[in-house]
Amino acid sequence: MKKSWILFLPLAIMGLLFGGFIYRLTTPADTMIQSQWIDKPMPLFDLPPAADGVEGLKSSQLADGQPRLVNIFASWCIPCRAEAPQLEALARAGVRIDGIAVRDRPQDVADFFREYGNPFERVGSDMQSSVQIALGSSGVPETFIIDGKGIIREQHQGVILDHHVPEILAKLEALK
Amino acid sequence: MSRVAKRGLARSGLGWMIAAVPLMMGALPATAQDRLPPAPYAYEQLRDPAKEAAARELMHELRCLVCQGQSIADSDAPLAGDMRHEVRSKIAEGQSPAEIRSWLVARYGNWVTYDPPLDAATLFLWLGPLAFLLLGGWLAFGRFRRSDDDGGGAVSGSVSGPVSDKAADKGIGA
Repeated sequence: MKKSWILFLPLAIMGLLFGGFIYRLTTPADTMIQSQWIDKPMPLFDLPPAADGVEGLKSSQLADGQPRLVNIFASWCIPCRAEAPQLEALARAGVRIDGIAVRDRPQDVADFFREYGNPFERVGSDMQSSVQIALGSSGVPETFIIDGKGIIREQHQGVILDHHVPEILAKLEALK
Repeated sequence: MSRVAKRGLARSGLGWMIAAVPLMMGALPATAQDRLPPAPYAYEQLRDPAKEAAARELMHELRCLVCQGQSIADSDAPLAGDMRHEVRSKIAEGQSPAEIRSWLVARYGNWVTYDPPLDAATLFLWLGPLAFLLLGGWLAFGRFRRSDDDGGGAVSGSVSGPVSDKAADKGIGA
C-alpha cells in the first residue's frame, strides 16, 4: 500500500519521545558544571587568612615547583565535613594542601577546624566567591590539582571519597 | 466609599508595605546557607543608571550555576549574588558586557550564557526554526495545491503533498 507508513509516523514519534523520557528518567543528566579553566595558570589573587592563627593564601605561593592541591570548602558545607578525613589522609601522605574558604566567617572556620581538623598549609578567605568564580568552580567542596608551575591540571568536583585518595596521590606523583 | 476613607485605606496599605520591608530584608540571609551578608553589589544597583542597565541586561543572560535554569538576576542563591557582584564590579570598572561574558565563558563554558554562539552543539538550536519553517511551508504548499485539485474535479489517490489523499481519507483526515 502506497504511503501507508505515514499512518505509523505519529506512533513512531510518540515512541521516540517516550523512549527519550524513560532514558532520562532512569539516567539523570549530569548537572555538574565542569570548570573550563584547566591547563591554565592559577588566577591572580591574594586572600586574607580565613581564621585566626592560619596563613592567608596568595596565588604566587602556588608555583613553588611542587605539585599540590587547592581545596575549595566552607564551614557551612555539610559534605565538606565528610571530606575532612580523606584530606587528612592526603596530608599525612605528604600532600601539600591549601584551602580556600568560601563565604565564611573566621569564627566558623576556626570551629570547623577544631571539630574536623585542619589539613591545610594555608587557608585564604574568599568572602565574595570571587576566586571561586575566577576558577570556574561552581560549588563546595571542589579540589584543584596544581602542578609545580602553578598550572591547574585537574578539577575534582564533590567530596573526595576513600577510593579517590590513591588516585589523587598517583596524579600528584605523575606531576612531580 | 468617601474620598477620605479611600485615602485612609491607601495610607494603611502603604504603611503595611513599609512595615514589611525589614521583615523581607531579614528573610534574605535566612534562605542562604552561609552566615555572611550578601556581597555589596548582589542586591545594590550601580549609581550610574546607564551602567546599571548594562549590568542588568547581562545578568539576565547569565545562567545561575546553583539554581540551574534561572538567570543570576532571578536567583537568590548566594553564588548568584556573588556573580551579580562580580558583574556589577566589572561594569563599574569600565569593562564591556561582552568582555565579562567571555571572561565567564572561559571559566564555565557556553553553559553559563543564555545567548550561546553558533557551534556544532547549538547548530540545531539556531537552524531548527528555519528548518521547521521550511517544512511548514512545504506542508502548506502541498495542502493548498491539493484543495485546488479537489476544486477542479476529484483526483483520487494522487499524491499532491506530503500526505496522500488516501492516508488522509483513512485516518489522518478523519
